[in-house]
Amino acid sequence: MNEHRSPAPQDTPQLTGWRRFASPALCYRLAGHFIRPCTKLAIVLTLAGLYLGFFVAPTDAVQGEVYRIIFIHVPTAWMSMFIYLIMAFWAVVGLVMKTRVSFMLMRALAPTGAIFCFLALWTGALWGRPTWGSYWVWDARLTSQLLLMFLYLGFIALTHSIEDLRRADFAGAILALVGALNVPVIYFSVKWWSTLHQGASVSLSKAPSMATTMLVAMLLVALAAWAYTIAVSMVRLRHIILMRERRSTWVRALLDAQEQKETA
Amino acid sequence: MQWESWSAFWHMGGRAWYVWGSYAVCFALIALEVAQLMRARRTLWQKLRRLAMLENTDTLPPPPDASGAA
Repeated sequence: MNEHRSPAPQDTPQLTGWRRFASPALCYRLAGHFIRPCTKLAIVLTLAGLYLGFFVAPTDAVQGEVYRIIFIHVPTAWMSMFIYLIMAFWAVVGLVMKTRVSFMLMRALAPTGAIFCFLALWTGALWGRPTWGSYWVWDARLTSQLLLMFLYLGFIALTHSIEDLRRADFAGAILALVGALNVPVIYFSVKWWSTLHQGASVSLSKAPSMATTMLVAMLLVALAAWAYTIAVSMVRLRHIILMRERRSTWVRALLDAQEQKETA
Repeated sequence: MQWESWSAFWHMGGRAWYVWGSYAVCFALIALEVAQLMRARRTLWQKLRRLAMLENTDTLPPPPDASGAA
Protein backbone atom coordinates (compact mmCIF):
# COMPACT_ATOMS: atom_id res chain seq x y z
CA MET A 1 0.00 0.00 0.00
CA ASN A 2 1.21 3.39 -0.87
CA GLU A 3 -1.07 5.25 1.50
CA HIS A 4 1.64 5.69 4.10
CA ARG A 5 3.93 7.55 1.80
CA SER A 6 4.27 11.15 2.81
CA PRO A 7 2.09 13.29 0.62
CA ALA A 8 3.63 15.94 -1.61
CA PRO A 9 4.28 19.05 0.45
CA GLN A 10 1.16 21.16 0.26
CA ASP A 11 2.91 24.48 0.10
CA THR A 12 4.68 23.85 -3.21
CA PRO A 13 2.19 22.60 -5.77
CA GLN A 14 3.88 21.84 -9.06
CA LEU A 15 2.49 24.34 -11.50
CA THR A 16 3.34 23.68 -15.10
CA GLY A 17 2.78 25.51 -18.38
CA TRP A 18 0.57 28.58 -18.24
CA ARG A 19 -0.75 27.44 -14.87
CA ARG A 20 2.39 28.70 -13.20
CA PHE A 21 0.97 32.21 -13.67
CA ALA A 22 -1.38 31.27 -10.85
CA SER A 23 1.61 31.38 -8.50
CA PRO A 24 1.42 34.49 -6.31
CA ALA A 25 5.22 34.79 -6.24
CA LEU A 26 5.45 34.88 -10.03
CA CYS A 27 2.48 37.25 -10.29
CA TYR A 28 4.10 39.56 -7.77
CA ARG A 29 7.21 39.81 -9.92
CA LEU A 30 5.29 40.07 -13.21
CA ALA A 31 3.00 42.79 -11.86
CA GLY A 32 6.06 44.80 -10.92
CA HIS A 33 7.14 45.00 -14.55
CA PHE A 34 3.91 46.71 -15.62
CA ILE A 35 3.83 49.56 -13.14
CA ARG A 36 6.44 51.97 -14.46
CA PRO A 37 5.79 51.60 -18.22
CA CYS A 38 2.04 51.88 -17.74
CA THR A 39 2.38 54.95 -15.53
CA LYS A 40 4.54 56.67 -18.12
CA LEU A 41 2.19 55.64 -20.91
CA ALA A 42 -0.80 56.99 -18.99
CA ILE A 43 0.86 60.37 -18.49
CA VAL A 44 1.98 60.72 -22.11
CA LEU A 45 -1.38 59.60 -23.53
CA THR A 46 -3.32 61.94 -21.21
CA LEU A 47 -1.16 64.91 -22.20
CA ALA A 48 -1.44 64.09 -25.91
CA GLY A 49 -5.19 63.48 -25.73
CA LEU A 50 -5.97 66.61 -23.75
CA TYR A 51 -3.69 68.71 -25.96
CA LEU A 52 -5.61 67.52 -29.01
CA GLY A 53 -8.91 67.93 -27.23
CA PHE A 54 -8.35 71.44 -25.95
CA PHE A 55 -6.05 73.05 -28.49
CA VAL A 56 -6.68 71.29 -31.80
CA ALA A 57 -10.29 70.06 -31.75
CA PRO A 58 -12.68 72.76 -32.92
CA THR A 59 -15.60 74.24 -30.99
CA ASP A 60 -18.74 72.13 -31.32
CA ALA A 61 -21.31 73.75 -33.62
CA VAL A 62 -24.25 72.89 -31.35
CA GLN A 63 -22.86 72.70 -27.83
CA GLY A 64 -20.04 75.22 -27.93
CA GLU A 65 -17.11 74.61 -25.58
CA VAL A 66 -18.88 72.55 -22.96
CA TYR A 67 -18.67 69.45 -25.17
CA ARG A 68 -14.97 69.24 -24.21
CA ILE A 69 -16.12 67.31 -21.14
CA ILE A 70 -16.46 64.38 -23.56
CA PHE A 71 -12.69 63.78 -23.48
CA ILE A 72 -12.94 62.73 -19.86
CA HIS A 73 -16.59 61.65 -19.62
CA VAL A 74 -16.56 58.88 -22.23
CA PRO A 75 -13.20 57.34 -21.19
CA THR A 76 -14.21 57.23 -17.51
CA ALA A 77 -17.63 55.78 -18.36
CA TRP A 78 -16.11 53.13 -20.64
CA MET A 79 -13.50 52.23 -18.06
CA SER A 80 -16.08 51.90 -15.28
CA MET A 81 -17.92 49.32 -17.39
CA PHE A 82 -14.77 47.51 -18.59
CA ILE A 83 -13.39 47.17 -15.08
CA TYR A 84 -16.58 45.57 -13.80
CA LEU A 85 -16.52 43.09 -16.69
CA ILE A 86 -12.86 42.30 -16.01
CA MET A 87 -13.71 41.72 -12.34
CA ALA A 88 -16.46 39.34 -13.43
CA PHE A 89 -13.96 37.60 -15.73
CA TRP A 90 -11.51 37.04 -12.87
CA ALA A 91 -14.41 35.90 -10.70
CA VAL A 92 -15.21 33.17 -13.25
CA VAL A 93 -11.55 32.17 -13.56
CA GLY A 94 -11.23 32.03 -9.79
CA LEU A 95 -14.39 30.00 -9.31
CA VAL A 96 -13.57 27.53 -12.08
CA MET A 97 -9.80 27.17 -11.73
CA LYS A 98 -9.65 27.72 -7.95
CA THR A 99 -6.75 30.12 -8.43
CA ARG A 100 -6.38 32.57 -5.57
CA VAL A 101 -4.56 35.19 -7.62
CA SER A 102 -7.69 35.58 -9.78
CA PHE A 103 -9.66 36.75 -6.76
CA MET A 104 -6.82 39.04 -5.73
CA LEU A 105 -6.91 40.63 -9.21
CA MET A 106 -10.67 40.97 -8.94
CA ARG A 107 -10.35 42.80 -5.64
CA ALA A 108 -7.42 44.93 -6.80
CA LEU A 109 -9.55 46.41 -9.59
CA ALA A 110 -12.62 47.42 -7.60
CA PRO A 111 -11.49 50.76 -6.07
CA THR A 112 -10.29 52.07 -9.43
CA GLY A 113 -13.55 51.00 -11.04
CA ALA A 114 -15.51 52.81 -8.35
CA ILE A 115 -13.48 55.97 -8.94
CA PHE A 116 -14.07 55.86 -12.69
CA CYS A 117 -17.76 55.18 -12.14
CA PHE A 118 -18.07 58.19 -9.84
CA LEU A 119 -16.17 60.35 -12.34
CA ALA A 120 -18.49 59.28 -15.17
CA LEU A 121 -21.48 60.31 -13.06
CA TRP A 122 -19.86 63.56 -11.93
CA THR A 123 -18.72 64.71 -15.37
CA GLY A 124 -22.08 63.61 -16.78
CA ALA A 125 -23.91 65.75 -14.22
CA LEU A 126 -21.77 68.75 -15.06
CA TRP A 127 -22.40 68.17 -18.75
CA GLY A 128 -26.13 67.60 -18.27
CA ARG A 129 -26.76 70.89 -16.49
CA PRO A 130 -25.87 73.20 -19.42
CA THR A 131 -27.17 70.90 -22.15
CA TRP A 132 -30.32 69.37 -20.61
CA GLY A 133 -30.95 71.96 -17.93
CA SER A 134 -30.52 69.50 -15.05
CA TYR A 135 -27.65 67.91 -13.16
CA TRP A 136 -29.59 64.70 -12.77
CA VAL A 137 -32.56 63.01 -14.40
CA TRP A 138 -33.90 59.52 -13.68
CA ASP A 139 -33.07 58.39 -17.16
CA ALA A 140 -32.28 54.75 -18.03
CA ARG A 141 -28.60 55.40 -18.79
CA LEU A 142 -28.01 57.50 -15.70
CA THR A 143 -29.94 55.21 -13.40
CA SER A 144 -28.15 52.05 -14.57
CA GLN A 145 -24.80 53.83 -14.20
CA LEU A 146 -25.78 54.82 -10.66
CA LEU A 147 -26.60 51.17 -10.00
CA LEU A 148 -23.07 50.30 -11.17
CA MET A 149 -21.72 52.77 -8.60
CA PHE A 150 -23.68 50.97 -5.87
CA LEU A 151 -22.45 47.60 -7.17
CA TYR A 152 -18.84 48.79 -6.84
CA LEU A 153 -19.44 50.17 -3.36
CA GLY A 154 -21.33 47.01 -2.41
CA PHE A 155 -18.50 44.83 -3.70
CA ILE A 156 -15.91 46.75 -1.69
CA ALA A 157 -18.06 46.77 1.46
CA LEU A 158 -18.92 43.09 1.14
CA THR A 159 -15.36 41.85 0.55
CA HIS A 160 -14.02 43.99 3.38
CA SER A 161 -16.70 42.99 5.87
CA ILE A 162 -16.07 39.23 5.70
CA GLU A 163 -13.10 38.24 7.82
CA ASP A 164 -12.48 34.84 6.24
CA LEU A 165 -10.63 35.52 2.97
CA ARG A 166 -11.96 32.50 1.16
CA ARG A 167 -15.56 33.38 1.95
CA ALA A 168 -14.97 37.05 1.21
CA ASP A 169 -13.53 36.17 -2.21
CA PHE A 170 -16.41 33.85 -2.95
CA ALA A 171 -19.05 36.40 -1.96
CA GLY A 172 -17.27 39.09 -3.98
CA ALA A 173 -17.06 36.80 -7.01
CA ILE A 174 -20.80 36.12 -6.88
CA LEU A 175 -21.58 39.83 -6.64
CA ALA A 176 -19.18 40.58 -9.51
CA LEU A 177 -20.88 37.95 -11.66
CA VAL A 178 -24.45 38.95 -10.90
CA GLY A 179 -23.66 42.65 -11.14
CA ALA A 180 -22.02 42.19 -14.54
CA LEU A 181 -25.53 41.72 -15.95
CA ASN A 182 -26.00 45.45 -15.38
CA VAL A 183 -23.17 46.39 -17.76
CA PRO A 184 -24.98 45.50 -21.01
CA VAL A 185 -28.03 47.24 -19.59
CA ILE A 186 -25.98 50.44 -19.22
CA TYR A 187 -24.50 50.09 -22.67
CA PHE A 188 -27.74 49.38 -24.53
CA SER A 189 -29.96 51.57 -22.34
CA VAL A 190 -29.82 54.37 -24.91
CA LYS A 191 -31.17 51.97 -27.53
CA TRP A 192 -33.72 50.05 -25.47
CA TRP A 193 -35.43 53.02 -23.87
CA SER A 194 -35.99 56.52 -25.12
CA THR A 195 -33.60 58.52 -23.04
CA LEU A 196 -32.25 62.03 -22.76
CA HIS A 197 -28.75 60.63 -23.04
CA GLN A 198 -27.49 60.57 -26.59
CA GLY A 199 -26.67 57.32 -28.35
CA ALA A 200 -23.17 55.95 -28.73
CA SER A 201 -20.85 58.32 -30.57
CA VAL A 202 -18.55 55.44 -31.33
CA SER A 203 -19.60 51.89 -32.13
CA LEU A 204 -18.19 48.94 -33.96
CA SER A 205 -21.04 48.70 -36.44
CA LYS A 206 -21.08 52.20 -37.89
CA ALA A 207 -18.80 55.13 -38.62
CA PRO A 208 -18.33 57.39 -35.60
CA SER A 209 -20.52 60.48 -35.52
CA MET A 210 -17.69 62.76 -34.45
CA ALA A 211 -15.00 64.89 -36.02
CA THR A 212 -11.74 62.96 -36.37
CA THR A 213 -9.67 65.15 -34.04
CA MET A 214 -12.34 64.88 -31.33
CA LEU A 215 -12.46 61.11 -31.78
CA VAL A 216 -8.67 60.70 -31.67
CA ALA A 217 -8.43 62.89 -28.57
CA MET A 218 -11.10 60.84 -26.83
CA LEU A 219 -9.49 57.52 -27.78
CA LEU A 220 -6.08 58.70 -26.53
CA VAL A 221 -7.57 59.54 -23.14
CA ALA A 222 -9.40 56.19 -23.17
CA LEU A 223 -6.07 54.39 -23.73
CA ALA A 224 -4.55 56.48 -20.94
CA ALA A 225 -7.35 55.28 -18.66
CA TRP A 226 -6.45 51.68 -19.55
CA ALA A 227 -2.76 52.26 -18.82
CA TYR A 228 -3.61 54.00 -15.55
CA THR A 229 -5.93 51.17 -14.51
CA ILE A 230 -3.26 48.57 -15.19
CA ALA A 231 -0.64 50.54 -13.24
CA VAL A 232 -2.70 51.16 -10.10
CA SER A 233 -4.33 47.73 -10.05
CA MET A 234 -0.90 46.08 -10.33
CA VAL A 235 0.34 48.13 -7.37
CA ARG A 236 -2.74 47.12 -5.40
CA LEU A 237 -2.37 43.49 -6.49
CA ARG A 238 1.20 43.44 -5.17
CA HIS A 239 0.01 44.78 -1.83
CA ILE A 240 -2.71 42.14 -1.61
CA ILE A 241 -0.28 39.35 -2.56
CA LEU A 242 2.28 40.45 0.04
CA MET A 243 -0.38 40.64 2.75
CA ARG A 244 -1.91 37.26 1.96
CA GLU A 245 1.37 35.43 1.33
CA ARG A 246 3.15 36.94 4.32
CA ARG A 247 3.76 33.54 5.89
CA SER A 248 5.50 32.17 2.82
CA THR A 249 9.26 31.96 2.64
CA TRP A 250 9.62 34.30 -0.33
CA VAL A 251 7.78 37.17 1.39
CA ARG A 252 9.80 36.56 4.56
CA ALA A 253 12.96 36.77 2.45
CA LEU A 254 11.77 40.02 0.86
CA LEU A 255 11.02 41.38 4.31
CA ASP A 256 14.51 40.51 5.56
CA ALA A 257 16.10 42.09 2.50
CA GLN A 258 14.04 45.25 3.05
CA GLU A 259 15.12 45.38 6.69
CA GLN A 260 18.79 44.99 5.82
CA LYS A 261 18.50 47.79 3.27
CA GLU A 262 17.02 50.09 5.91
CA THR A 263 19.57 49.33 8.60
CA ALA A 264 22.49 49.60 6.18
CA MET B 1 -4.78 76.90 -32.06
CA GLN B 2 -8.36 77.30 -30.92
CA TRP B 3 -8.02 80.17 -28.48
CA GLU B 4 -7.44 83.89 -28.90
CA SER B 5 -5.95 84.23 -25.45
CA TRP B 6 -5.39 82.27 -22.25
CA SER B 7 -8.27 84.08 -20.62
CA ALA B 8 -10.54 82.88 -23.43
CA PHE B 9 -9.23 79.38 -22.77
CA TRP B 10 -10.01 79.54 -19.06
CA HIS B 11 -13.37 81.15 -19.78
CA MET B 12 -14.44 78.14 -21.96
CA GLY B 13 -17.17 80.11 -23.70
CA GLY B 14 -18.88 80.80 -20.37
CA ARG B 15 -18.92 77.14 -19.36
CA ALA B 16 -15.81 77.25 -17.18
CA TRP B 17 -17.48 75.75 -14.06
CA TYR B 18 -18.79 72.73 -15.99
CA VAL B 19 -15.63 72.00 -17.97
CA TRP B 20 -13.05 72.76 -15.28
CA GLY B 21 -15.25 71.32 -12.56
CA SER B 22 -15.19 68.01 -14.44
CA TYR B 23 -11.45 67.97 -15.04
CA ALA B 24 -10.53 69.24 -11.56
CA VAL B 25 -12.46 66.47 -9.80
CA CYS B 26 -11.01 63.84 -12.16
CA PHE B 27 -7.44 64.84 -11.47
CA ALA B 28 -8.11 65.31 -7.76
CA LEU B 29 -9.51 61.80 -7.38
CA ILE B 30 -6.69 60.26 -9.40
CA ALA B 31 -4.14 62.14 -7.28
CA LEU B 32 -5.90 60.89 -4.15
CA GLU B 33 -5.80 57.29 -5.35
CA VAL B 34 -2.10 57.51 -6.20
CA ALA B 35 -1.31 59.17 -2.85
CA GLN B 36 -3.29 56.53 -0.98
CA LEU B 37 -1.42 53.73 -2.76
CA MET B 38 1.95 55.31 -2.01
CA ARG B 39 1.03 55.68 1.65
CA ALA B 40 -0.23 52.11 1.72
CA ARG B 41 3.08 50.88 0.34
CA ARG B 42 5.02 52.60 3.09
CA THR B 43 2.84 51.26 5.89
CA LEU B 44 2.54 47.78 4.37
CA TRP B 45 6.15 46.82 5.12
CA GLN B 46 5.85 47.96 8.74
CA LYS B 47 2.62 46.03 9.08
CA LEU B 48 4.17 42.90 7.56
CA ARG B 49 7.13 43.12 9.91
CA ARG B 50 4.87 43.47 12.94
CA LEU B 51 2.72 40.56 11.79
CA ALA B 52 5.81 38.45 11.15
CA MET B 53 6.92 38.95 14.74
CA LEU B 54 3.45 38.21 16.10
CA GLU B 55 2.91 35.15 13.97
CA ASN B 56 6.36 33.73 14.62
CA THR B 57 5.45 33.29 18.26
CA ASP B 58 2.21 31.55 17.39
CA THR B 59 1.94 27.89 18.16
CA LEU B 60 -0.60 27.46 15.39
CA PRO B 61 0.45 25.38 12.39
CA PRO B 62 0.98 27.34 9.16
CA PRO B 63 -2.15 27.73 7.08
CA PRO B 64 -2.57 25.19 4.28
CA ASP B 65 -2.70 27.87 1.58
CA ALA B 66 0.90 29.05 1.53
CA SER B 67 1.60 27.99 -2.02
CA GLY B 68 3.54 31.15 -2.80
CA ALA B 69 6.87 29.56 -2.06
CA ALA B 70 9.05 30.10 -5.09
